[in-house]
Amino acid sequence: MSVMLQIDNVSRAFGGIVAVYNCSMNIEQGKITGLIGPNGSGKTTLFNLITGVYPPDQGSVSLRGERITGLRPSQLCHRGLSRTFQITRLFWELSVLENMIVPVRQVGLRPLFGASIHSHEASRAMELLRRVGLEHMANQPARKLSFGQQKLLEFAAILMSDPDAILLDEPAGGVNPTMIRFMMELITELNAQQGITFLIVEHNMGVVMELCQHVVVLNFGEKIAEGTPVQVQANPLVLDAYLGN
Amino acid sequence: MLLELKNVVAGYLKGVDVLQGVNLQVDQQEIVCLIGPNGAGKSTVLRAISGLLKPTQGEILFDGDNIAGLRADLTLRRGIAQVPQGHSSFPDMTVHENLLMGAYSISDRSLRQQRLDQVYGMFGMLIDRRTAKAGNLSGGQQKLLEIGRALMLSPRLMILDEPSLGLAPITARAVFDTVQKLRADSGITILMVEQNARSGLAISDRGYVLELGRERLEGKASTLLNDPRVAQLYLGGSAIVDDSDESQPVARKGKQP
Repeated sequence: MSVMLQIDNVSRAFGGIVAVYNCSMNIEQGKITGLIGPNGSGKTTLFNLITGVYPPDQGSVSLRGERITGLRPSQLCHRGLSRTFQITRLFWELSVLENMIVPVRQVGLRPLFGASIHSHEASRAMELLRRVGLEHMANQPARKLSFGQQKLLEFAAILMSDPDAILLDEPAGGVNPTMIRFMMELITELNAQQGITFLIVEHNMGVVMELCQHVVVLNFGEKIAEGTPVQVQANPLVLDAYLGN
Repeated sequence: MLLELKNVVAGYLKGVDVLQGVNLQVDQQEIVCLIGPNGAGKSTVLRAISGLLKPTQGEILFDGDNIAGLRADLTLRRGIAQVPQGHSSFPDMTVHENLLMGAYSISDRSLRQQRLDQVYGMFGMLIDRRTAKAGNLSGGQQKLLEIGRALMLSPRLMILDEPSLGLAPITARAVFDTVQKLRADSGITILMVEQNARSGLAISDRGYVLELGRERLEGKASTLLNDPRVAQLYLGGSAIVDDSDESQPVARKGKQP
């Protein structure tokens, strides 16, 4: 199986705090990989390093063999790598439908506030909104959505750019059980039907262990284990990381 | 029984209950440790008790009175002091001023002085640094100052939210020792949340494991330390997603792969 994302000896410090240290891992194409670790273990920092929010102090990140270290998030989106955030980032006063169009405009098709929404964009957006069950909210301002619905909208919006790989930062965080189940089905479908590669940070272990084929564990910024969910669950190092000493 | 939670439901967002019916009990002079994976609701339990968060259901009995929904300043007057997560001292005030802030509701000067003497007696380090700005103390010293400040009202129940967070292991050890000594010397009851589950349980009498807003396990701390089910709750393996509700909130589901 080929490698979608290759992370090589990546480190990043903030002041005296080393948030990620010498991390290497391969995220395989077409797989759903989970990234777990206790609070403050560096998961979101690693996401930020991969998606160009800030550059690593050392090390490199490659997408399908091509070095992407230091590229901006918008450039990465163009190359097929998209992400969501732990806390949703939407345009509250824009409608749900308009929020769907923003990522497409960002990749440079047209100035954002230019012509009205094109019909092919609108129909694609509506199709995706239907898929996540938000089509009835299309003309409502985004602020009217529940937190779970905001996450679904953010998810649907990044699908507009047809990504090959998606990084999800806590898709189940703050979301009710029914919505979590729906989100999991959506991820599984997108993976199985469209071959989208997923890297998922998630604290809900039930979700991680059921959804992911491969799990990587961080602790204090370093990779301490990886393997199948069952291997990781049985690894005493992982248990020590979570329970302390 | 000093504290009892009965079926407490609480949350921050409408429709998302972080606590889904929590039951727990703390006896007089007990040290009880709440552990559990991220997002289990540990800090939320503490916030509901101290009145920083109003539960939507359930009872919180403190000394037999239902205090659920009581404002934080009123639970404090009843004898519940919370030491929040992270640093909560006033960094630009001196150690001494910080301690006085803890006694803001005591108008009796001699009582205030008496409490000051007690706290300085317990934490010698604070006397040495009494004119230092709190922000210049080390992380561990700040944590002891925060505990000292909470003691100024002579609470019956002290709530500690992750006292070891961000501390070096040796400093964390000193904080844990202090907690144990507090109980031994002054008979205070302690309910604590701790991310370092093993360290937290090691100094506690009993523990609860919270997971997804419910208490899943309860027992003697020494028993919980070796219970394999604790590992399962942290690393999955349990049926975590509630499947009892089959209804879908959405109009359409795609085909199952």
